[in-house]
Amino acid sequence: MRFSSLSQLKRLCEEEGSSMSDVMIADQAAETGQSEEKVFRQMADYYRIMREAVGKGLMEGRKSRSGLTGGDARRVKLHADGGEPSLGADAASAMAYALAVSEVNASMGRIVATPTAGSCGIIPGVFVSSQERFGWEDDVLVRGLFAAGAIGYVIANNSFVSGAEGGCQAEVGSAIGMAAGALVEMRGGTPEQAVHAVGLALKNSLGLICDPVAGLVEIPCIVRNGFGAVTALAAADMALAGVASAIPSDEVIEVMLEVGAAMPAEHRETAKGGLARTPTGRRIMKELYGEEGQA
Amino acid sequence: MRFKDVFSIIGPSMIGPSSSHTAGAVRIGRAARQTLGEAPLEAEIVLYGSFADTYRGHGTDLALVAGLLDYPTDDERLPDAFAHAAQAGMRVELRAARTPEIHPNTAAIRLRGEKGRVFVKGRSIGGGSIEMVAVDRFDVKFTASYPTLLVFHADREGTIAELSGTLKRARVNIGHMQLDRESRNGAALTVIECDQAVPERELKRIGRLAGVARVRMIDLTAKEGIS
Repeated sequence: MRFSSLSQLKRLCEEEGSSMSDVMIADQAAETGQSEEKVFRQMADYYRIMREAVGKGLMEGRKSRSGLTGGDARRVKLHADGGEPSLGADAASAMAYALAVSEVNASMGRIVATPTAGSCGIIPGVFVSSQERFGWEDDVLVRGLFAAGAIGYVIANNSFVSGAEGGCQAEVGSAIGMAAGALVEMRGGTPEQAVHAVGLALKNSLGLICDPVAGLVEIPCIVRNGFGAVTALAAADMALAGVASAIPSDEVIEVMLEVGAAMPAEHRETAKGGLARTPTGRRIMKELYGEEGQA
Repeated sequence: MRFKDVFSIIGPSMIGPSSSHTAGAVRIGRAARQTLGEAPLEAEIVLYGSFADTYRGHGTDLALVAGLLDYPTDDERLPDAFAHAAQAGMRVELRAARTPEIHPNTAAIRLRGEKGRVFVKGRSIGGGSIEMVAVDRFDVKFTASYPTLLVFHADREGTIAELSGTLKRARVNIGHMQLDRESRNGAALTVIECDQAVPERELKRIGRLAGVARVRMIDLTAKEGIS
């Protein structure tokens, strides 16, 4: 890849008069020796799987394999359609769709890791709801996934994207940043605005720990995906309105690395701290595994 | 760069719930099956660390068996992998290890097929990525992200030259290569990560080289059915 930081990515876009997705598609083709069409087709397949997962999660409302979660996506969608959601119907739909995909994940359905399975709801939540709202062709969204991928590529290589390494900020946080930046590009914002959206979003999830109850990708992961979709919309709106991230986004990514590295092991996906070690968290673990062992 | 391309960020397409405990486990199982080179009749799986502690909730057991059936990570038959394995005549035994392992998400798999046996050990290192660290008594280290050639051969001069010569003629580029041997003049294993899949004909040609006992191609990029 010709970029390893967001500022390099932005500069490339400005020099070539191209979008982040243009750069990512070209570089992916060059790196793998495949045609741009083939690379695009694979991403289009992934978008189709994401949209299927949204539909499946809303229709079936099925329980997770552990039996702990399920059905919240439907509840939120009904509230979004029929009630008067405080967020407004569009943001509430994005939230419902994100929950839907995360519930499909927990019930052993098919999803696309974006960047991980634990954070797989945020990008589909933002993308599928935006497609419905703005009437975009699929190609717009597929390109958006390349923009999200370019942002994620920078975050992953300069910080981390797994909860075991850097806490939830690295999974859900990264997904929010990726969704926010991509949404800015899809809505016609400049690469500079997109990069600001990433920094704005990441700052809001710095320090978020990974503390899954019983070690499962359910509590609190699923609801955090719902919140994440809404935060991504908010960050994109701030950036499109002209709000800049006073701390440059690349520096925010470095802070994520610093904060994640300083996180105790208890708060990095080991289920030995945080929500997992509350009385209720421990009871659930005991019920699932028959003992209060390690998750 | 730890992450090399856009599909290591957006992707893989997979059956949930966990990229490390589910998708990674499928890939370890699949690498094991392709190392055996045929459908296993018996599988003995030992889980370590976090795999051992949380496999039920994550379906790690189902995922490993799905891999042994050569299913890709997004195969929707995964939740029913045990039933499919039974139908295929595969007997599976799975237990948690009593001893610790260096990496928390490790599985050791012993397989027996109609024609042979193999032992492998793999780790799931996050995001669905894996690292295979043992094949039989050999230390290895490959990720199965590329088409990977395993050549079991005798430790004698010239084998590597003939091997690489064959790949050169097949226009296959070598990305990474490693060699481990049991002893001088003993059995050896060469692992070659390639940029392209090696055509069947060339695999046969390599299999006929002097001192080569068997050749296996591990290709997790193919949809399924490689053995």
